[in-house]
Amino acid sequence: MSTIVSLPDQSTAALPKRNYLNAEHGLLSWLLTGDHKRIAMLYLISITGFFFLGGAFAGLVRLELLTPAGDLLAADTYNKMFTMHGIVMIFLFLVPSVPATLGNFLIPIMIGAKDLAFPKINLLSWYLYLVGGTFTLTALVLGGVDTGWTFTTPLSTHYLNTHVITTGLAIFVAGFSSIFTGLNFIVTIHRMRAPGMTWFRMPLFVWSNYAASILMVLGTPVLAIAIVLVVLERTVGLGVFDPSKGGDPLLFQHLFWFYSHPAVYIMILPGMGVISEVIANFSRKRVFGYTAVAFSSVAIAVFGFFVWAHHMFIMGVSNYSALVFSLLTMLVAVPSAIKIFNWSATLYKGSITFETPMLYAFGFIGLFTIGGLTGVFLGSLGMDIHLTETYFIVAHFHFVMVGGMLMAFLAGIHFWWPKMTGRMYPESLSKLAAVTTFIGFILTFFPQFILGYLGMPRRYHAYPADYQVLNVLSTAGATVLGVGYLLPILYLAWSLKYGEIAGSNPWQATGLEWQLQSPPVTENFTEIPYVDYEAYDFEWLAHKQKQEVTTVG
Amino acid sequence: MSDLHHDPANITNPEHHEHHIVGPSTYLVIYGTLLALTAITVAAAFVEMGALNPIVAVLIAVIKATVVILWFMHMKYQSKLLKLTIGAGVFTFLVLIAMTLSDYMSRAWGLW
Amino acid sequence: MVVTQPGDLHEEHEHEHVHLPQHRHHFETEEQQREAASFGMWLFLLTEIMFFGGLFMAYLLYRNWYNPAFVAASHTLSIKLGALNTAILITSGFCMAMAVWAAETRKRKALVNFLGLTNFFGIAFLVVKYFEYAEKWHDSHIPGLKFSIADFGKLGVDMAQKTQVYYSLYFAMTGMHALHMIIGIVLIFWYMVRANRGEFTEGYVAPIENFGLYWHFVDIVWIFLFPLLYLIDLGAK
Repeated sequence: MSTIVSLPDQSTAALPKRNYLNAEHGLLSWLLTGDHKRIAMLYLISITGFFFLGGAFAGLVRLELLTPAGDLLAADTYNKMFTMHGIVMIFLFLVPSVPATLGNFLIPIMIGAKDLAFPKINLLSWYLYLVGGTFTLTALVLGGVDTGWTFTTPLSTHYLNTHVITTGLAIFVAGFSSIFTGLNFIVTIHRMRAPGMTWFRMPLFVWSNYAASILMVLGTPVLAIAIVLVVLERTVGLGVFDPSKGGDPLLFQHLFWFYSHPAVYIMILPGMGVISEVIANFSRKRVFGYTAVAFSSVAIAVFGFFVWAHHMFIMGVSNYSALVFSLLTMLVAVPSAIKIFNWSATLYKGSITFETPMLYAFGFIGLFTIGGLTGVFLGSLGMDIHLTETYFIVAHFHFVMVGGMLMAFLAGIHFWWPKMTGRMYPESLSKLAAVTTFIGFILTFFPQFILGYLGMPRRYHAYPADYQVLNVLSTAGATVLGVGYLLPILYLAWSLKYGEIAGSNPWQATGLEWQLQSPPVTENFTEIPYVDYEAYDFEWLAHKQKQEVTTVG
Repeated sequence: MSDLHHDPANITNPEHHEHHIVGPSTYLVIYGTLLALTAITVAAAFVEMGALNPIVAVLIAVIKATVVILWFMHMKYQSKLLKLTIGAGVFTFLVLIAMTLSDYMSRAWGLW
Repeated sequence: MVVTQPGDLHEEHEHEHVHLPQHRHHFETEEQQREAASFGMWLFLLTEIMFFGGLFMAYLLYRNWYNPAFVAASHTLSIKLGALNTAILITSGFCMAMAVWAAETRKRKALVNFLGLTNFFGIAFLVVKYFEYAEKWHDSHIPGLKFSIADFGKLGVDMAQKTQVYYSLYFAMTGMHALHMIIGIVLIFWYMVRANRGEFTEGYVAPIENFGLYWHFVDIVWIFLFPLLYLIDLGAK
């Protein structure tokens, strides 16, 4: 197995004396930091915590479904479990996962800036995230919430006595955290690029985060107002969505999905950016059709605002409007396919090596393609009537969100870990984790496609005995998947102290971030870089390294 | 150092706009305009125009908002980027309205 | 890779380079910092457009569905107070614009005075709003808390019930607007203290400028709310 990894000689190598991690000491220096890299680390720790919390709920859901009878959890407890799983995983993990960790860490470095445009607002967005998380935990401890993550009215406003208000406020606050992150990225990308860093020299990771940021800024407030109205309806009895007062529950659906459909693109676009970086680097080639991939990110963001009603096909919306939304939904497949095809074309005649990030990226491409194509099934009106609210939907969005974003997140974490910490993780163990994750994932969610097609509905804690075999497979898969997610936590933590010193550019990558020491210094660049080469220009890199050898030797 | 940021070939920093100061006389004119338009919109509401009434009301409000944006908020003197930004916001709002109405308006057509 | 800037480049721009204490190290120039702050503020206002946009969407829908209820319910509002409040808020906006001008032309006293005037009119607006709300409470026009359809007998029971939707929107929209005003008023007090210390009249005008954008935005929301909530079909009154 050939490899491109080149670590410095371990007997003499040491971490740089001055870097962002040891610039200041003490807990306060972390809690009051303005440094985007430290904030990224704070985010990384907190979202990991929430990820495992959400995973625990998922584990309980899968355990309950091991047997046809509802024997582990009562029906309403089960409802709380999948609701909390959804809320924690979507609002507290997926939405901030790549942007708030890798995006925060990398975007300024990739475009040659010393920091994000608004460091204090960046820190504020982390605190808002924590407040949102705390509210969610409060709701959980007080007895949970069982509306499903969609807060559907009038169920959430009239028929439940669980903690909808607390959770609603949590989402509201976490939404602001997301808005501020997006706002910061947009301003930074527009205003802080180094001289020579033109729009089409930016890494694709920056492009895709830019597109996701647009969605965050323009979409999230609509969810905020919908949630505020739900909370007001519960507290004082306002009547905007209340049918008994003349309101229309479907209006809530429109407002909710106006954000929550773009939100699923917030949950995938940054991941696609990671995949672009990883595929280019481990094929040693410029991404095929760079411009097309860059614009496809923006196209996905724009189309994202035109398709939301496909979540509402069976709710009594107009058939004519459903027809239009169905056609527009199909259109989203085009930019998504452009990305997949261009990544595949990048691989063609590349010098491909199979390091851990690349394995995750391959996993992403396969799983995301399946997830995306089943989305086309669901976007067709006739199919949707049969498949919606079944396990087919569950499998579809888990393929996209977990098989897509989570795979991409792990690819990114493994790819930039040496940059963030200065140390390498044990390669063989991480490859094992990548493969385990992939196998566990397929085993968990592929049976759910079949279950859904056979007609097993979502959100029930008991099911007919005929479905048991597939459910057992799915639960077994979830166990494997759990192991696959626990492994990285263990060896990444281990590597913090015992990992090999990575050096500034272990992957021989071209991005600006790899031309700095690992971990970088607090202000990133001691001198403002002047960019005079294109993104993914491996020839430029080879030339540069030759120069270095001649000057040193 | 700053000259690099005015490099026209570098799209990073489009030719930055000299900071334009709007003076009190302009503000007074705008202030008068806004008050006049308020009077007009109240007067127009008393005229029976049927379906035109709300349209006229919204039109006058749009004119007033535009005036505020252009002069009080200095949009008239800002870069293209900012004009595009405000355009993006209005556009997204119109998408929300138009696509939602596409459902509500066509709901009663032929019940099949 | 990292090169310092080529030496043949030199200052082409004649504008003065003051070095402000507020200059953040990660910006190249004050110019860049000011433009970034202004761009960020506008992006924040986009989120506000979409936030109120959801409410306007609801208004558009129900106004079309329940027009008679909207007409009857809006006629319980006082046009005089609404128009007065519109004038008050426009005046406040004018004072805010003048405050920005005072900061730019480095007039410390004028800046503090104009901020004070802005705040005075802002508070006056809220006082008028309080009397309007009190009247609604007195007439039992508050959906969910204190509501009766006694005033709308001629609409028929079914349509009379729908006036609750109008009042829900009325309180949601004006309430959200008032909340934004309150936040603004608190901020202005803080800015007045800082302006009095001379912070914004030494070339560092970004906070005043950006707060001005916020304040004008809140004005614009009211400019739409006034005709939509108060001025429905007055000819038929």
